[in-house]
Amino acid sequence: MITDILLWSVFVAQVMLVAAMGCNAYRLIRGPRAQDRVLCLDAMYVGAMLLVLTIGIRTGSQIYFEAALIISVLGFASSVALAKFLMRGEVIE
Amino acid sequence: MTHAADLPAWAALLTAFLVLVGAGLTLIGAIGTLRFGSFFERVHAPTLGTSWGTGAIALASIVCFSMLGSRPAVHEILIGVFVTITTPVTLMLLARAALYRDRTEGNANVPPQSLLRSSRGNVPQDRSSDDMR
Amino acid sequence: MSRVLPYPVLTLALLLMWMLLTSFSPGQFLLGGVIAAAASCAMAALHPSKPRLRRWQVIPKLFGMVILDILQSNIAVASIILQGGRGRHRVSGFVAIPLDLRDSTGLAVLACIVTSTPGTAWVEYAHDTGVLLIHVLDLKDEEEWVTLIKNRYEALLMEIFE
Repeated sequence: MITDILLWSVFVAQVMLVAAMGCNAYRLIRGPRAQDRVLCLDAMYVGAMLLVLTIGIRTGSQIYFEAALIISVLGFASSVALAKFLMRGEVIE
Repeated sequence: MTHAADLPAWAALLTAFLVLVGAGLTLIGAIGTLRFGSFFERVHAPTLGTSWGTGAIALASIVCFSMLGSRPAVHEILIGVFVTITTPVTLMLLARAALYRDRTEGNANVPPQSLLRSSRGNVPQDRSSDDMR
Repeated sequence: MSRVLPYPVLTLALLLMWMLLTSFSPGQFLLGGVIAAAASCAMAALHPSKPRLRRWQVIPKLFGMVILDILQSNIAVASIILQGGRGRHRVSGFVAIPLDLRDSTGLAVLACIVTSTPGTAWVEYAHDTGVLLIHVLDLKDEEEWVTLIKNRYEALLMEIFE
């Protein structure tokens, strides 16, 4: 019974996270400007990281934690690079 | 999901609750990026997911794995700390980039550079921004 | 101490991170300690400005306060988003705040606090005049935000860093 509650709430949470990434993807495509797209890309990285964490809770495996950490590091680096690009038009000054 | 049977009832319920709260906050933040009208309003929306959204799911993971391994597993704190330190950096850079781009295009909705030179100035209010989509 | 380990806090944090990522065993403690000491010596070559913590006892109070404030404004922003266009007329806008805090570490912490709180975002800071520009999602009273940032966070940060 309790196991079913945990199973279902993790499933519902995964559906909500995928829906959140869908909302972000819609805004990513719609625009209107480049900074909105970068903002939503960053939010999508966070959503993917949380999704991997919930998969880790679901399967009880520690491997997913490291995957989540790597996703968040890559997301940070790419978003900062894109933000710098928007600021001056070139990544390396 | 065979491991879930090993969890005590309170830990399973706490994990379920925290996971739902975190995912719900992230979803609300994502809906916010759709609804808000201007970029500077949209900057506020993802912080829901990156503050307590991430915090709640990391806490759920800590509770779950601590009970499974019967010893405290706290390395999810690393994700929480990392996200709370890096997200402000990204958002600050993005906000400055957006301000810079709006200023070079002569957009009237953003405050001019001279505002920071005087101690207190009249800040243009974003009156038109309430039209939610 | 300062000759051998230029940045003791950084070394300790790196060692803690290493052991969280691997395991709490004597072998990992030794390996992580060597790597953390080497990294902090490499950091000394960069000559970053060294933050001075004057009153570290205040840090837990600030930390707890910030976590509760973020929770509160999470709820506030979530209700704004869920209400949508209904409800009262909401105005968002920029607020200029003259800051007295000059320590760069303190400003970095303030930037993290302001930006990670939903509803406020750090936009720009002028180093010469010390004026900070933030964007507020639900702007009722401009003075209220100025006094909130100055009394609630800046006073504590000045107590810690200056």
